[in-house]
Amino acid sequence: MNAIILTAIWGVIMMFGGVFIKNKSVPKYIAIIGLVVIFIANGFELKTGAPFFMIDVKDMVVTNSFNLTFIAIATGCSLLFFLLSGRDIEKVGAHVSEYFALIFFVLCGVCLAATFNTLLILFIGIEIISIPLYILTGSDKRNLKSNEAALKYFLMGAFSTGLMLMGIAFIFGGNANGSFFINNIHIGLGKMPVLIAAGMILLLISMSFKVSAVPFHFWAPDVYDGSPTVFTSFMATIVKAAGFFAFLRLFENAFGSVQPQWQTLVAVITAATLFIGNITAVFQQSVKRMLAYSSIAQAGFMLFAVFALNDKASEGVILYTAGYSIATIGLFAVLIKMKDYTIDGFNGLGKSQPVLALSATIFLLSLTGIPLTVGFQSKFYMLLAAAQNGHHTWLIIFAVLCAAISAYYYFKIIQAMYFKEPEAEVIIDGEVNNTFKFLLIITALLIMVLGIFPDVLLNWIHFIA
Amino acid sequence: MDAKNIWVTFPQLLIFLPLIAGVITFFLRNEKIAKAWALFASVLTLCISLTSLYYADNKALNGLTFGYEWLKYIGSSFTVGLNGLGRILTLLTAIAFPVIFIATSKTKYKNTSAFYGLMLLSQSGLMGVFCAMDALLFYFFWELALVPVYFLCSRWGGEKRIQATFKFFVYTFAGSLLMLIGIIYVYQHTTGITFADGTVVAHSFSLRAFHLASLTAAQQGWMFWLFFIAFAIKMPIFPFHTWQPDAYEQSPTATTMVLSGVMVKMGVFALIRWLLPIFPEAVAKFDTLIIGFAVIGMIYASCLAIVQDDLKRLVAYSSIAHIGLMCAAIFANNDSGFQGVMIQMFNHGINIIGLWIVVHLIEQQLGVRKLSQLGGVAHKAPVLTIMLVVIAVANIALPLTNAFVGEFLMLSGLYQFNMWYAVAAGVCIILAAVYTLNMIQKVFYGETNALTATIKEIKWNEKIILAVIVIIIFAVGIYPQPLLNLTKETVTAISNK
Repeated sequence: MNAIILTAIWGVIMMFGGVFIKNKSVPKYIAIIGLVVIFIANGFELKTGAPFFMIDVKDMVVTNSFNLTFIAIATGCSLLFFLLSGRDIEKVGAHVSEYFALIFFVLCGVCLAATFNTLLILFIGIEIISIPLYILTGSDKRNLKSNEAALKYFLMGAFSTGLMLMGIAFIFGGNANGSFFINNIHIGLGKMPVLIAAGMILLLISMSFKVSAVPFHFWAPDVYDGSPTVFTSFMATIVKAAGFFAFLRLFENAFGSVQPQWQTLVAVITAATLFIGNITAVFQQSVKRMLAYSSIAQAGFMLFAVFALNDKASEGVILYTAGYSIATIGLFAVLIKMKDYTIDGFNGLGKSQPVLALSATIFLLSLTGIPLTVGFQSKFYMLLAAAQNGHHTWLIIFAVLCAAISAYYYFKIIQAMYFKEPEAEVIIDGEVNNTFKFLLIITALLIMVLGIFPDVLLNWIHFIA
Repeated sequence: MDAKNIWVTFPQLLIFLPLIAGVITFFLRNEKIAKAWALFASVLTLCISLTSLYYADNKALNGLTFGYEWLKYIGSSFTVGLNGLGRILTLLTAIAFPVIFIATSKTKYKNTSAFYGLMLLSQSGLMGVFCAMDALLFYFFWELALVPVYFLCSRWGGEKRIQATFKFFVYTFAGSLLMLIGIIYVYQHTTGITFADGTVVAHSFSLRAFHLASLTAAQQGWMFWLFFIAFAIKMPIFPFHTWQPDAYEQSPTATTMVLSGVMVKMGVFALIRWLLPIFPEAVAKFDTLIIGFAVIGMIYASCLAIVQDDLKRLVAYSSIAHIGLMCAAIFANNDSGFQGVMIQMFNHGINIIGLWIVVHLIEQQLGVRKLSQLGGVAHKAPVLTIMLVVIAVANIALPLTNAFVGEFLMLSGLYQFNMWYAVAAGVCIILAAVYTLNMIQKVFYGETNALTATIKEIKWNEKIILAVIVIIIFAVGIYPQPLLNLTKETVTAISNK
């Protein structure tokens, strides 16, 4: 509750701040302060169970340790994002404080999507996430690719929104209670009524759009590639994680009882996402585009949570969103500094910028899922969840084979950084100061600490105030 | 959890000492200090390992165990322990690293501190594999031993290092992931435990729980393969061996020694500790098949070794043949087979490191390692030649050398299982004599050519290292009883299972 209200307020502050503050570097600090405040306020709510603001929301929004932990991850990762890439947001264009304001609005949507208890709030949350993102995608307005990406994203997003609304309408009409509350859809164990089944399929499709699951992923590479790299970083991590969290909560609470009826469908989507994401990523020359496909591939692993729907899946989704977001934000922060976004552009980084190369290596190892990094723990929890679910064993074997493929393209960057000679003298374009290096090291350490002691994070899910 | 009040135990020391020392090494700017520090740390580890032999508690399977909760929601704990098998392999690891450091101390590396740091990290991973008493922890260390080696080979290796190492990495990584699935599935069939603070978990990753897991024959059948493929890639067993000659050839020699001397033992060790006790029925079902593959691999590798012209590749193929015999002896599933494998793991490690050192010394001085370009080294370097001849006869397992004890026991174990397999394996020993003696003849005897005329006698430190290896070869060959005693309890424990 704290986070929802504070993000909205801070978004407004940032927006109006832009009118009065002319200095370009000030908004970044205001934004960081805001996020720290939100993070602490949310932590306080998690710890005590009581929000600062007592508002009667008629149960439309629920807060519990699970979704508050997720909000903590989302705000924490955004804080990390601001700290690592705040400078680069300033460079995108003239309207600096608007960019920050929009990100705060996205975060407000993330909080709503994490805590929704009715389909309406889910819809509002997803829309609040999407609309500012359309603007952010097109924020590099003199760049044609950015414009194209924004338009593509907008059209695809609008289409999936339509599907979602239609799905919600079907479910509203189809259930006996005439209710939007996800716990009240009450479909029982029997065969689903046609309207609810149709509604569920539409919701499944629209959520798959949002998390870029195959075969609804076509927008993702172009949008991620076209938008300014800083915002790609934000979209591919926090926003995507929020999409998954909403996806999981929706299917767990509303359709959990009839899981056998849709599990095969999700299994097929998962397998397709893993396959297409990984195979296509292998052939990419641009690291930015490769990361776009890798984010699709990672989405495949996150879909395991929806596939499995058990305790381990909940723990897994928390770990996965945290681990994946931290590693990807870190990797993008390094990528933004590069002059050349191709894999060859990384040649010799190990020699010229050892700190950047080392931390990028740790991020890549985490994305591959090597032990000692949180990437391993999260993949492990997902596999464990799927195994405990007990159905579709083939999917698990398929997933680890895909994970082995992913080693191929992640390690190509490591090879370039350490084992190849650079062609040009200058590899780094952006400014790399000591603060940035220090933050990168902290991020890498965070990944390793969570990789060795994932319970640090998981304790919070089981925490009861 | 025998040692509740002890904060630090031997297995912990063996794991964390190289780990911490390795991390420190990265920050040492001075090359000489980094070298000296790495050597010091590895010697210290050796001392700890030797000391741990005296605190042996062979009665319990989990002698010298220590554990505390780690991932409590899934029932995994940081449990490390040393039984006879673990002790013999940690000893091998502890001996190997200082020997390697001294033998290759002349080699110049770019960024020395990173090289030695990674070497120590891989030692830590290896120690962890041999000490882990928890399946998840085992998997952790299994991968951790691999990652530093990947960087070592790709950074400091030969011309085609990047491709060769990458093949090696993807091969083993895929195998490990399959094992991870196997671990998860066995875990589903274990009984739960209750932690000290009252947390109850439904399943557990502890070794004991895995050994007691209730699995039907059908389940055992396919989980067996998930585990076995991972181990077979690591050893390597035919037909999963294709990464190995390339990786050995392309790696820097110090890393090749680690790979062949110690790292391949991970696979053999894992068969004994994890595979056999968890899947007894599957082992009984597939034993003929796997011994068949192992024996085919032995003959195949021995034949290839005969025609190799490159010294490194020759030793690599010889290693496949030896490991094949170990694998076959394990699946023969009887006391003398196990006994033989356990001491042969140690002996093979020592012998092959000795062989690599000789290869390294020749390559370092002459810059070539082709049999066809060498010859007559014995005239110029008699001490080197004597040392090599001893190591080589040990490699063929002549009586009075260490390998004889192990190979004899393994062959007799295999003979008890099936005579024809033992005969085929025996043929490989003859083939081993062919390629090893051929190698000695071509490199050390015959006419001295223009190139080998420049070779000089080895330095004192190299002499000492080779002498140490030769002494171990004879000591174990003449009086193998201490080693046999060390592993005896483990053998009984496995056979009674």
